Amino acid sequence: MLSIKNLHASIGGKEILKGINLEVKAGEVHAIMGPNGSGKSTLSAVLAGREDYEVTEGSITFNGKNLLELSPEDRAREGIFLAFQYPIEIPGVSNVNFLKTALNEIRAYKGLEPMEAKDFLARLKEKQKLVELDGKLANRSVNEGFSGGEKKRNEIFQMAMLDPCLAILDETDSGLDIDALRIVAGGVNKLKSKDNATIVITHYQRLLDYIVPDVVHVLFNGKIVKSGPKELALELEEKGYDFIKEEVGA
Amino acid sequence: MANEILEDQIGGEYKYGFVTDIEADNAPKGLNEDIIRFISKKKNEPEWMLEYRLKAFRYWLTLEEPHWAHVSYTKPNFQDIIYYSAPKPKVQLNSLDEVDPELLKTFEKLGISIEEQKRLSGVESRIAVDIVMDSVSVKTTFKETLSEKGIIFCSFGEAVQEHPELIKKYMGSVVPYTDNFYAALNSAVFTDGSFCYIPKGVRCPMELSTYFRINASGTGQFERTLIIADEGGYVSYLEGCTAPMRDENQLHAAVVEIVTHKNAEVKYSTVQNWYPGDKEGKGGIFNFVTKRGICLEDNSKISWTQVETGSAVTWKYPSVILKGDNSVGEFYSVAVTNNYQQADTGTKMMHLGKNTRSTIISKGISAGFSNNSYRGLVRIAKGASNARNFSQCDSLLMGDKCGAHTFPYIEIKDKSAVVEHEATTSKIGEDQLFYCKQRGIDNEKAIGLIVNGYCKEVLNKLPMEFAVEAQKLLAVSLEGSVG
Repeated sequence: MLSIKNLHASIGGKEILKGINLEVKAGEVHAIMGPNGSGKSTLSAVLAGREDYEVTEGSITFNGKNLLELSPEDRAREGIFLAFQYPIEIPGVSNVNFLKTALNEIRAYKGLEPMEAKDFLARLKEKQKLVELDGKLANRSVNEGFSGGEKKRNEIFQMAMLDPCLAILDETDSGLDIDALRIVAGGVNKLKSKDNATIVITHYQRLLDYIVPDVVHVLFNGKIVKSGPKELALELEEKGYDFIKEEVGA
Repeated sequence: MANEILEDQIGGEYKYGFVTDIEADNAPKGLNEDIIRFISKKKNEPEWMLEYRLKAFRYWLTLEEPHWAHVSYTKPNFQDIIYYSAPKPKVQLNSLDEVDPELLKTFEKLGISIEEQKRLSGVESRIAVDIVMDSVSVKTTFKETLSEKGIIFCSFGEAVQEHPELIKKYMGSVVPYTDNFYAALNSAVFTDGSFCYIPKGVRCPMELSTYFRINASGTGQFERTLIIADEGGYVSYLEGCTAPMRDENQLHAAVVEIVTHKNAEVKYSTVQNWYPGDKEGKGGIFNFVTKRGICLEDNSKISWTQVETGSAVTWKYPSVILKGDNSVGEFYSVAVTNNYQQADTGTKMMHLGKNTRSTIISKGISAGFSNNSYRGLVRIAKGASNARNFSQCDSLLMGDKCGAHTFPYIEIKDKSAVVEHEATTSKIGEDQLFYCKQRGIDNEKAIGLIVNGYCKEVLNKLPMEFAVEAQKLLAVSLEGSVG
């Protein structure tokens, strides 16, 4: 589904990603871990098409398409969803209106008619339950005045509504208490299928107790320096990132 | 010389798009007492009206153009303007089929389809329309239906003929010709406009609307609107304006007066879309307008709602004098400036009566190289006990070459007053846009979404028919302004 080859990216002339290689297949969950400043958020921003970053080398193929040639909105329409680390507030725009616009834009891209109002409402209700989102939040302005936990839950709610092919969760666990974490992870797990894939970017192992990855990658200094089964996350938690630094001789 | 210009005007083919190609009956360029007599004669006015005009003109001659607004432009040459231009032949149009299709098309864009109205006749939600093109009113619809209820809705010129007692009583009672430079000019040379009178205890069953269009080249538009709601009366009034694209700057200097008697209410909504000039700032309308209402008696209410997207330069402060006790004044405004547009707009709330309340919600949006200023005055007079005002002025910036300014003035002479003022300035963030894009929404749609969200409190105040169009208009006005 996703194939990243020798990806180099920089911002303001400073190279952050220094040759990333990553293969993600349908049905898989990949975890990307790493210390602060290792390039985790840069990787998610580059995948989503944030213009501030310049890709200097390498390629990204998504479902057979050259992702780097697509605009951010077309990437979203092709099925890439980024759950933001810091979800943005849009005052005056209701969540419902926002999602209806997004959903119908994606449908239009695929040559489909806008969704019927009653189907949309049914979907809204169903997905709200999935992340135990208060019905009132759906009618409030996008993320405006939401608590940190509500914002994160809203991201997963949006993900459920838009039904992406590849979901990238950028530090979705940060700022969540244990109950919210359980709910968010539960939502992600329920959305999992053999046709979609998830990349979980996280600092801590704790989220991976709930969303169990097939592969864990360690990102360090702009490169994936180690990959392994889910146990690798536990090892990291136990030994800290220093052991990786020693291992790669940094 | 004058004849040549006249011929040129009448015989010449319009070179610019979106101009209704109608022959016009013009006055020669320039302004003097003869021109005023010419206008008055053309309109077959009684002597007292001519006298009023001449007094205003003589007063105007003693005035200087105002310079305090935060705008800069080349001062219009008042001798280079045609003050009267009437579509020719000047006959009353008898059916809608005679209205120019180009006009109808523009109408539909504004969400007021007169064709639709014809089909919907008998249905409750209707709009009665007065169309003012250049200097004269060309068509007023639904006049008969309204007159059954005693409502008078006609062109200003007609009102001077048919209801001189009302005109004499109210004209200039809210905006006297001595008020300011452009009000004096308007009082001297105004050519037409709309007149509306709601009798005692009558709720106007439909929206009343005036649609203004500047069509002829080299002309100025100086219309007057006068709305009176007698005791317990209610009316919702809509105003729309457009002008063709021209390289020259054209002057629009209107006067709007509203009077509400006891327990009466007038809602006045404007979607102003005069030609704003091109991307380089060439051409466009100078919109120098005086709009004011007076809550003359107790428990009355005047509400201004405006969506301002057009004009090269705007200078406009729809205001309310709260004279009656317990009267209410409201001002809801969205002003958008893009490219090289300049807007200095806001309101004045003058509290004279007891327990008077006013609300000001102003949303400015600046893009391109434009400048957008809010200027507002809240004055609480001595004896206006328990007066309350709430003001909220928000500015939204798009890009880093535009300006937003806020000039709030507050004068309080009564200790029991409660006045609140809130102001915010924000920028459409790259972050907001990226967030939308990441959900599959493209740049233009995202801007539309964000801007409409930002203006929601004001757009909600517009009548349904206008709200949808206003939303679209906002998106169109800001097209290509970010990214």
